[in-house]
Amino acid sequence: MADTRPRQTPPKAPASGGASPAAPGGEHGAQVHDVPQTAPEREFTIERRSQAQMVLRRFLAHRLAVASLVVLLLVIVGSLIGGRLWKYDYADITDEFSTPPSLAHPMGTDDIGHDSMARILRGAQKSVQVALLVALLSTTFGAVLGALAGYYRGWLDSVLMRFTDLVLTVPYIALTAVLAGTLADRAGNWFYIALVLAALLWTYIARVVRGQFLSLREKEFVEAARALGASDRRIIFRHLLPNATGAIIVNATITVAVAILLEAALSYLGVGIRPPDTSLGLLVQDGQQAATTRPWLFYFPGVIIIVIALTVNFVGDGLRDAFDPTQTRVRA
Amino acid sequence: MAGVLPGQQAAQTAAPVLEVKDLTVEFPTDDGIVYAVRGVSFALEPGDVLGIVGESGSGKSVTSLAIMGLLPRSARVRGEVRFQGRNLLRLGEGELTGVRGKQISMIFQDPMTSLNPVYTVGWQLQEAILAHQDVPKEQAWERSVELLDLVGIPNARERARNYPHEFSGGMRQRAVIAMAMTNDPDVIIADEPTTALDVTIQAQVLDTLERVQESASAAIILITHDLGVVAGMADQVLVMYAGKPVEVGPTDAIYYDPRMPYTLGLLGSLPRLDARGTEPLTPIRGAPPSLINLPPGCPFSPRCPMSRSHCDAEEPALRLVAGASHLAACHFAEELAGDVRAEEVFATAEADLRALEELEELGDLEQAEAGDQERERA
Amino acid sequence: MTSFIVRRLLISIPVILLSSVLMFLLVANSGDPLAELKGRNPPPPPSVIELREKELNLDKPLPQRYAYWVTHFFRGDMGKAVDGREVRPLLFRRLGVTMRMVTLALFLALFLAIVVGVLSAVRQYTATDYAFTFAGFLFLSTPVFWLAALLKEYAAIRLNQLFGEQVIYTVGEATPNFEGTFAERVADWAGHLALPTLALALITFASWSRYQRSTMLDVLNSDYIRLAKAKGLSRSRVMIRHALRNALIPLTTVAAIDFAAILGGAIITERVFSWHGLGALLLDGIRENDVNVVLAWLMVTSILVVVFNLIADVLYGVLDPRIRYG
Repeated sequence: MADTRPRQTPPKAPASGGASPAAPGGEHGAQVHDVPQTAPEREFTIERRSQAQMVLRRFLAHRLAVASLVVLLLVIVGSLIGGRLWKYDYADITDEFSTPPSLAHPMGTDDIGHDSMARILRGAQKSVQVALLVALLSTTFGAVLGALAGYYRGWLDSVLMRFTDLVLTVPYIALTAVLAGTLADRAGNWFYIALVLAALLWTYIARVVRGQFLSLREKEFVEAARALGASDRRIIFRHLLPNATGAIIVNATITVAVAILLEAALSYLGVGIRPPDTSLGLLVQDGQQAATTRPWLFYFPGVIIIVIALTVNFVGDGLRDAFDPTQTRVRA
Repeated sequence: MAGVLPGQQAAQTAAPVLEVKDLTVEFPTDDGIVYAVRGVSFALEPGDVLGIVGESGSGKSVTSLAIMGLLPRSARVRGEVRFQGRNLLRLGEGELTGVRGKQISMIFQDPMTSLNPVYTVGWQLQEAILAHQDVPKEQAWERSVELLDLVGIPNARERARNYPHEFSGGMRQRAVIAMAMTNDPDVIIADEPTTALDVTIQAQVLDTLERVQESASAAIILITHDLGVVAGMADQVLVMYAGKPVEVGPTDAIYYDPRMPYTLGLLGSLPRLDARGTEPLTPIRGAPPSLINLPPGCPFSPRCPMSRSHCDAEEPALRLVAGASHLAACHFAEELAGDVRAEEVFATAEADLRALEELEELGDLEQAEAGDQERERA
Repeated sequence: MTSFIVRRLLISIPVILLSSVLMFLLVANSGDPLAELKGRNPPPPPSVIELREKELNLDKPLPQRYAYWVTHFFRGDMGKAVDGREVRPLLFRRLGVTMRMVTLALFLALFLAIVVGVLSAVRQYTATDYAFTFAGFLFLSTPVFWLAALLKEYAAIRLNQLFGEQVIYTVGEATPNFEGTFAERVADWAGHLALPTLALALITFASWSRYQRSTMLDVLNSDYIRLAKAKGLSRSRVMIRHALRNALIPLTTVAAIDFAAILGGAIITERVFSWHGLGALLLDGIRENDVNVVLAWLMVTSILVVVFNLIADVLYGVLDPRIRYG
């Protein structure tokens, strides 16, 4: 019968046991089903949980992932609104230049007199905006295209696959540099940088979703649904997409991390966000020469990038485990 | 031919080749300790075939892996496995490798994944020989070809140079059996050797196993959930449930005079070709218990139609119930004496009419929806 | 096996052709190669501009320009850069420079990934595993330019102090106008290669080691390893002959597929260390709207990537008999 009613998890198999069927792990995954009314109730009871609750529960058990999520949310919120709350603006010039971190300027100042904290807040804001927009656009677009390609196959699938192959033949940084560099008139606008990045990164999610749909559509519950007269649209949205949500969410987080690093690289190279605006990558570039003499200009922006990417990666890892604890593969 | 266990009357004719005493295996997990095996004992005579039968989760595979020392490091194993005067459980890894593959060998369930895909079948057989015998490579290769021939692989000499993926499932399993007998072991442990195979291939593989047993005069421990497989081959049967043996005895005794409701239920749930007309099947309802939080009392009690309050209070011990070597773990084994039929004790199977009704309603709903969409599009 | 290679080659050709079309459309429509010329003060006479236009084929329609360009490209003529230099020798010279860094970094990363991945798997859930996993995540999340800059500003000075003389260089790919024996030349190269290669390798190995760890875990838990143990083989034999032999296969494909990413990292690293390699060529070409340079760059790179993917496929077939006859 075609439905995605919640499945119950068996009691967890031995932690370091094997994953192969005949190994101890398989034997002890004793299924605890609903015992029919005719048998006396001696089993301990299990509550039925929806899949979302189970995923949430498993995620929350990952202390590192949860801690990372907290830090990440703080950083995101801080960067998005911090600029407005902080007393200095990123373009303000004070008359203290090249001062190390102090109470007045927690991250010091640069050689022109900008308050570093303000510039870093601004830079982080731009980077985060780009990353989030990229993730949103590429996930939506990629998931839809991947779903259609994986489900309908045929020419749509071939075209999609050839196109993603093509995109993969050139290093991301090169393609985006060419695209971004040639948008000379819209140079430096974070929105267009995001568009450029999304235009390339959607292919990654599309491939993943396509793969998921290809394997899911062969499953029996799809056949059953079709036999019961379900339309294509219903099958895709009601049956297949929910099963692919795990993969989509996990890869969306990967995209965020990739986008952050790519945007920073583009800005560092000078083809991303450009002056007078600033980005974390630009700040690193500015501060590079001074790495030994005024380390605060070099370390702060770099560390912030690392923190964002690291927390995103930990959260993504936690999500991957939460959605499929039996999976040991790291890459799709 | 009967084995010797605590409780059985002494009737041994020769020293057992393998003796397991009170084997216990525990796995610590995040959810608690899994008591996978809770006290298994048996004695294997030379040349005998012992069939260990049970559902998934009964602990039969873990028992065999414990004997071979192949459990993960986290497993806590207690008890004794006496083989050639030594307790295998106390041996170090170095000494165990001398035993494995040479004196005790093992066959696993899934032939599709048992063989290393990157080496030829002949090479893997050769490796098994060279690991334990000091012979030149060519001789080992010749022996491999011989063995493949022995287990019925056609064109053995050419096939030896094939890779596992070029063999069918049945042939792969036969190659694994060949590997198990390379060094003339005293014991062969076959862990569900036919479960992953088609019924017709099953017969061939079992046949091969029998031939191997005769020619090598090895004792076999045949682990399976399939009572039909055991009936043809085993001299003794050990039925396991929830990590413990619940009935042990000669094959005929178990099949014709079961004294434990679980065994009776298992036998009753098998469709039989020699059944009279319209004999109903009697499935055992419910599922095996979790091995983490075992309630006190008999673990089969929740599913047992004969269960009484005493059953929930105290776990029955394995005791002699008939003949010289027939033991059962049931407080009320006597009630099953004589010709008790499964359907007298278990309820027969019925179709789940409620579920069928629900299915029909849902089908109507799907069709109505499809009809609505058609109209919308129009 | 040969038919396998031939088939893959034949499939690659349309891919390359298609990508050439896309790239041409992308680059030809971006920016104006003559912007610099037109923007001079005082502006050059229109006849000069027209002449340059004719030289660069800018007066012809797009499909014709494409046809012209692609036929010339595959005959080996990659045109001229805006400053008049021949593109092909320039591109290949730069390619040689960058490939030194890329191949060295690739092998170093492979080595690190295998060691770390296998150790992590064998010592699963121990402190070693957790430490390696954390380090892997850390490097995965570090921007390559930051790490490269860090090495440049700190490691170089410290290392040179350690050796007492300048062994590690941070600017360029070789000492300009170097005179010396071949061995001395190689040593000079090495000194310039050390830090950039290290930065690139550290960033690359991170994701590979995670992948290797999970592959190794899968292998260690597989049925055939269990059978190998049951056969009575020694632990070392099981590990090396059976486990590693299988576990190393997938990484080769991953490494080859990631070649494009390594190249991308090289572009960035080159900038940090001021190398005159492919990276600088591309960035300059973008800045100057140099169509020929950028197009040739993209084409050669994509051909290189396709070749690497092909090598990966062939290698996989060699290592895994199941694929060979596919």
